[in-house]
Amino acid sequence: MSQEIFVLVEHHNGEVTDATHECLGQAEALGGPTVAVLLHSGERALADGLYADRVLSVDDAAFSHFLPEAYAAALAALVRDRDPRLVLIANSTVGIDVGGPLSARTGRPLVAYCKGLAVEGDTILATSQVYGGKLNAEVEIAGPAIVTMVAGATAPAEGSPGSVEDVAAPELGGLQTRFLTRIEPDGSDVDITGEEILVSVGRGIGGEDNIGLAQELADAIGGTVSGSRPVTDAGWLAKTRQVGKSGRKVKPKLYLACGISGAPEHLEGMSDAELIIAINTDEKAPIFDVAHYGSTEDLFDLLPALTEALEGVTA
Amino acid sequence: MKIVVPLKQTVDLVEELELNDEATDVEREYLTFKLNEWDEQALEEALLLKDAGVASVTVVGLEEEDIDQSLYSALAKGADEAVKLTGDFSAGVSSHRRAAILADYLQGAGYDAVLIGVQTPEDLDGQAGGILAGLLNVPHVSVAVGVEPLDAGLKVTQEFGAGVAHELAVTGPAVIGVQAARQAPRYVPISRIRAAMGEGGLSEVPAPEVDVPAGLTVRRMYAPESSSHAEMLSGGVDAVAARIVEIIRERGVLK
Ligand SMILES: Cc1cc2nc3c(=O)[nH]c(=O)nc-3n(C[C@H](O)[C@H](O)[C@H](O)COP(=O)(O)OP(=O)(O)OC[C@H]3O[C@@H](n4cnc5c(N)ncnc54)[C@H](O)[C@@H]3O)c2cc1C
Ligand SMILES: Nc1ncnc2c1ncn2[C@@H]1O[C@H](COP(=O)(O)O)[C@@H](O)[C@H]1O
Repeated sequence: MSQEIFVLVEHHNGEVTDATHECLGQAEALGGPTVAVLLHSGERALADGLYADRVLSVDDAAFSHFLPEAYAAALAALVRDRDPRLVLIANSTVGIDVGGPLSARTGRPLVAYCKGLAVEGDTILATSQVYGGKLNAEVEIAGPAIVTMVAGATAPAEGSPGSVEDVAAPELGGLQTRFLTRIEPDGSDVDITGEEILVSVGRGIGGEDNIGLAQELADAIGGTVSGSRPVTDAGWLAKTRQVGKSGRKVKPKLYLACGISGAPEHLEGMSDAELIIAINTDEKAPIFDVAHYGSTEDLFDLLPALTEALEGVTA
Repeated sequence: MKIVVPLKQTVDLVEELELNDEATDVEREYLTFKLNEWDEQALEEALLLKDAGVASVTVVGLEEEDIDQSLYSALAKGADEAVKLTGDFSAGVSSHRRAAILADYLQGAGYDAVLIGVQTPEDLDGQAGGILAGLLNVPHVSVAVGVEPLDAGLKVTQEFGAGVAHELAVTGPAVIGVQAARQAPRYVPISRIRAAMGEGGLSEVPAPEVDVPAGLTVRRMYAPESSSHAEMLSGGVDAVAARIVEIIRERGVLK
């Protein structure tokens, strides 16, 4: 095993994701040597923006878009060949997709939802988020491992770009997955990232018929209704209104979270809001750890009361 | 096309989570378990393919707390076949062990596609679907929000967030991690689940012994001591409402 720490570079449309820079920052904090793995098709120049000791550049037409099968195969070949101590991958769609296959193909353990890594003698200690963010797990990693890192956990890398080593792509014939099209965001609805006040509802709202309660409050306060993933998946709100990891990242002046538990994927989209007020009957809900103010009143009582109180003020 | 949907019982997160004596995991004895919500999405997507006339659906679950209920519920919703892999799983099952058991079962039973929930709240050692794909040496596509027939294979919509997604064509056997079905999971009345239970129809197969070498040791679990906590407002609904209005006025949010 080498002491190198590999970081998979995630990039879309010519841009490297923030989470990649955070993974590089974590690798650097562990003492490196840091090796960025850039799988691409004619985008070698992306290496210039990567603060790592070295960049492995693998150029192949199969990498013109993220293609899970090609990524997993290429990574497994590189990891077998170079035997790094750790492979860090953002816990994004890409990390969720390739982490497991890479673990199984290389026989290395996988630590998911990692919030941070530290060196303790020969052991690496990982802290992971489990049970929807309600618990942390401290995990000892004895040998080589794959780690998927949650967004926002570490500071991005600083420094200067590393030297680039060109590596031949492994044999990628016979792929059974093919890229068809990229779907762009739907721009027909309000852009919740531009709104100053969001009244955001979670599964606690109970059903589509109750969205009106949030809408009335939003009308009274001059805000817009948004929601958590289960609410948009169920069709109670449009997909464009979804806040979080796979929805929009918002930073309003006021984020009123109603019946939202505060799962890590939700927090990823709103924890930077200037003022967060959470309403949740479960006093242990993780949302209260990021909220500035909270109430355990039932939202079905509190939302109408709040609407009424606001109408009193603004009338 | 034969679609297999693995089902997993997960801790109901609405409940208080207590730790075991060693503080290395939750104390499972007093918890209630329910079907992993993303497995429910995977099942719905599989049933939509069945409705479209291109697939049969087999659900398979390890003998975990209340798994019968989930398997029969799937049958009541329209799954063709339900299999329970029996064994003692009361202490919980890591993703790697689950994946190894499923890989062994699938290699014997045959399948064209596996639709599995994108994650479970307990995936400390990774998502079972991805590990399974690696063990089976077949393609994996995760965070899928649509799985539709395309020629002889499938078209999978893979979501990246903020409204961006890719459409991929997949031919041959594959494991697909489902984030969300194209429609909300169908509802099945409890009477139909009871009727399915009455008819039986669950086949039981002993889970294979698998060898899962450990590379990780959980030292402890703990509730995160967050650096901050909300200031909790009390005094009844009207007092809380009045205080919230006051706060947002003080902060200049209300004009
Ligand atoms: C790859 C991936 C991406 C994801 N992306 C996102 C994303 O972008 N956005 C997102 O939100 N989620 C996302 N998720 C899902 C996320 O993991 C959670 O499942 C989700 O955030 C939970 O939504 P919730 O808080 O509304 O529901 P729950 O977790 O079910 O919480 C509901 C809350 O409502 C409270 N409640 C119930 N009744 C009342 C009442 N009457 N009054 C007050 N409170 C009440 C309960 O105490 C509970 O805390 C993603 C998951 C994955 C795997
Ligand atoms: N807990 C674990 N963490 C990580 N990797 C594992 C773990 N258990 C098993 N593996 C790897 O996953 C693969 C599957 O193991 P097996 O059970 O032998 O099929 C093997 O290559 C193991 O090394």
